[in-house]
Amino acid sequence: MYTLTIDESNYTCQPGETVLDALLRENINISYACKKGTCHSCMVRSTEVPPQSAQAGLKKTLQTLNYFLPCQCYPEQDMTIKLPDQSDFYRMGTVIDNTLLNRNTILLVIAFADAFEFKAGQFVNLQKSDGVTRSYSIANIPQQSNTLEFHIRRLPDGKFSAWLHDEVSVGDSIAVSEPRGHCFYLPERREQGLLLVGTGTGLAPLAGILTDALAQGHTGPIHLFHGSRDIEDLYRIDEMRQLAAQHPNFHYTSCLSGKNVPEGFAAGRVNEIALSLLPDLKSWRVFLCGHPDMVNQMKKQVFLKGVASADIYADAFLITPR
Amino acid sequence: MSATLYERIGGEAAVNAAVEVFYRKVLEDYRINRFFDNTDMDKQIAKQKAFFTMAFGGPNNYTGQDMRNAHSRLVKSGLNEEHFNAVMEHLGATLTELNVPANLIAEAAAIAESTRKDVLGQ
Ligand SMILES: Cc1cc2nc3c(=O)[nH]c(=O)nc-3n(C[C@H](O)[C@H](O)[C@H](O)COP(=O)(O)OP(=O)(O)OC[C@H]3O[C@@H](n4cnc5c(N)ncnc54)[C@H](O)[C@@H]3O)c2cc1C
Ligand code: HEM
Ligand code: FES
Repeated sequence: MYTLTIDESNYTCQPGETVLDALLRENINISYACKKGTCHSCMVRSTEVPPQSAQAGLKKTLQTLNYFLPCQCYPEQDMTIKLPDQSDFYRMGTVIDNTLLNRNTILLVIAFADAFEFKAGQFVNLQKSDGVTRSYSIANIPQQSNTLEFHIRRLPDGKFSAWLHDEVSVGDSIAVSEPRGHCFYLPERREQGLLLVGTGTGLAPLAGILTDALAQGHTGPIHLFHGSRDIEDLYRIDEMRQLAAQHPNFHYTSCLSGKNVPEGFAAGRVNEIALSLLPDLKSWRVFLCGHPDMVNQMKKQVFLKGVASADIYADAFLITPR
Repeated sequence: MSATLYERIGGEAAVNAAVEVFYRKVLEDYRINRFFDNTDMDKQIAKQKAFFTMAFGGPNNYTGQDMRNAHSRLVKSGLNEEHFNAVMEHLGATLTELNVPANLIAEAAAIAESTRKDVLGQ
């Protein structure tokens, strides 16, 4: 018999009982559907490393974060479990930089007193004092200085983005959630090709993933495609070109889908350009971030080009409907 | 006790391999891909896993009624015998591609075939 701890309450898991059945017996509100390990709707996270059989079929990145399927889990030790809807833990950070990257995107840097653990490419929720909450991707890798870097695009009348652009300045405090998401680099199969495709501020998580992969000594080819409609909405072009000049295995292409395409830029949609330049993607690892239409379309396109579904990592920047 | 088809065919590993191959075929088949479009790919893949687990006679608790419910939305938008035949075709081709022995393919096909009336809401 093992003890399951959720939010400081203890429950007992009987021998031969799955964690899901134990929680349902205890009237814990947890979603589930198949009880067979297929639908993944029951997925939760543990503080301890869960039994391997309870992680079968989950993405590698989720496995490293100790996510598991309670319907497939017969505990092998006491477990502390975090339900998905369990309210986020927020920490206060201090804004130390807020400058323009281009005409509608800012670089926001937030510093913390203590270490902030995350994987490059994950996102956090930022919260305003009135409770409005939005997700933003982390653009850097863990730093000695305990800082997080964000790229934030102003949306017309966007509640949160306009506030960050217009009212938040250096020295202000801001509430930041724990890191979330499973779109990040794992240092394995270092010879694998990496394809990174992003639109707009989709470059933020990709920049983090890229820095991480290079720092961890990835040896396979790394191709980054960054797209927007107009050149004024791209950013960090020179930095990326410089990085490509320094690392022979890193290739960078900036893509413009609008009418005006100066020399040195590829004309067309970022996903189409990536697909046409890289016809064979078998056994590649792919990261897709930014506009939900691009992300969802490209997921299918790279899958059809032979990428295994477990090797496709994506963050669609969904906008909260009003 | 003799091993189940699910075990003989290779259990969950076989399901995972089959889903990758099968789902590519389905997405590329203009006759039926509209039924699988416009949905979250990861969720769709999870449903294909359920499909194969079931076709392999593996652990699942789907009833005929569940099959009716799962496909009723599709029947409303025109799911018919031809579409069902296309799926059966891809099931066979997928397992052949993965070198599953013919007698096991026939067993899986028979299980899938037995759901025809429920899937088509007849
Ligand atoms: C995982 C994830 C990561 C993300 N990472 C980033 C990131 O790194 N950088 C980034 O900039 N963004 C990111 N986003 C998007 C971000 O979370 C916000 O959605 C975005 O900043 C918009 O928030 P807002 O409050 O400014 O706009 P909202 O107030 O939510 O409005 C969004 C847009 O919809 C329009 N709109 C709202 N209501 C209506 C209506 N009724 N009719 C017509 N139009 C309407 C608004 O004009 C505005 O343009 C991410 C999202 C997700 C899910
Ligand atoms: C050959 C017999 C078939 C079997 C055994 C079968 C089995 C299944 C199963 C088990 C599910 C998951 C149900 C759930 O848990 O939600 C499912 C869903 C689905 N099936 Fe089938 N299926 C069959 C035929 C078909 C055909 C012919 C089509 C269309 C051409 C189809 C399209 C779908 C779609 C689109 C879903 C997802 C529905 C949703 O979005 O919820 N299936 N099927
Ligand atoms: S309930 Fe479907 S995976 Fe656990």
